[in-house]
Amino acid sequence: MASLKELKLRINSVKSTQKITKAKQMVAAAKLRKAQAAAEAARPYASRLADVVGSLAAKVAGQDNGPLLMRGTGSDKRHLLVVVNTDKGLCGGLNSNIVKEAKLQARALEAAGKTVAFYLVGKKGRAPIKRDYPNGIVAAFDTSTVRTPGFDEASAIAHELTAMFEAGKFDVAHLIAPKFKSALAQDPVTAQLIPVPAPAATTESGSVVEYEPSEEEILEALLPRYLTTQIFGALLEREASEQGASMTAMDNATRNAGEMIKKLTIQYNRSRQAAITTELIEIIAGAEAL
Amino acid sequence: MSLHFELVTPARLVRSEDVYMVVVPGTEGEFGVLEGHAPFTSTVKDGALKVYRTQGGSPEEIQVQGGFAEVGANGLTVLAEHAEA
Repeated sequence: MASLKELKLRINSVKSTQKITKAKQMVAAAKLRKAQAAAEAARPYASRLADVVGSLAAKVAGQDNGPLLMRGTGSDKRHLLVVVNTDKGLCGGLNSNIVKEAKLQARALEAAGKTVAFYLVGKKGRAPIKRDYPNGIVAAFDTSTVRTPGFDEASAIAHELTAMFEAGKFDVAHLIAPKFKSALAQDPVTAQLIPVPAPAATTESGSVVEYEPSEEEILEALLPRYLTTQIFGALLEREASEQGASMTAMDNATRNAGEMIKKLTIQYNRSRQAAITTELIEIIAGAEAL
Repeated sequence: MSLHFELVTPARLVRSEDVYMVVVPGTEGEFGVLEGHAPFTSTVKDGALKVYRTQGGSPEEIQVQGGFAEVGANGLTVLAEHAEA
């Protein structure tokens, strides 16, 4: 049995761990609200843009001279998985779930005879993916230098991807990112990025719309922006998911620490009582012997 | 007698209001949008949107970057990457 002093030290160390997890939980709760508001604020832009791209895509569909980003390279051999992870840990199983989904997709593609490469956003995915695919990571984008990744970062990522695509480095790109459902559930989802899948057109088809410049040119200008918006959306979802997962994980950790403190305190009190009893017995026995 | 005007950036909905007229710097020339404009879609070059709240009033200028304008049945919507009033 551990000595009284050891027990006391142990209790103190668990107590300070509990303080840290509690603080992290409260920080995450505050940040989560902000992240959710940001995700909410970005929604009108994304939905309007999807509407416009959808109606334009419906117009140019079936033509061979559509923009490259939409019609693709004509082959689907080489796949690029854009995996969005967080930069910081302490958020439960979030990152391992994302990596698991990425590996699942990669294996499925490889089983179908395609080659797979990875483009990583965020720090936490690098190590586990590198373990399974030592040469698979072609590039990574570091989002840890800025406090909250915004539209500029999304735009930089989109530019890099477009440049790689135009240089013929891959044929199809998929985006794997967490989707924020609630503080308890964030599921990784996979969506095709390039070639851009046309969003369903929801606009009325009856009226004649004038375009300036032509439909093709507008679509050409809008597609990179649409791509950026999707990545931006993924970054916002990631932010909200990270805080949500962190909040839940830290809440559990705080509760576990509390239970542990309770158990240790009982053990500590028992040992103390045992020590006192032993001492008393010794004194009484000594007095009787006289 | 009023045009519904919305200016949206990725970060937020900047404006959503009823105005008299908006002059948009399209890539192929400026155009003014009044109420009842025919459906029209255009890219916007970096520059200033001029928002006229009332007829003959002085315009409010909003700088936009990386924009795109759409005129539909429910008014004018400008999507821009950056906007500052």
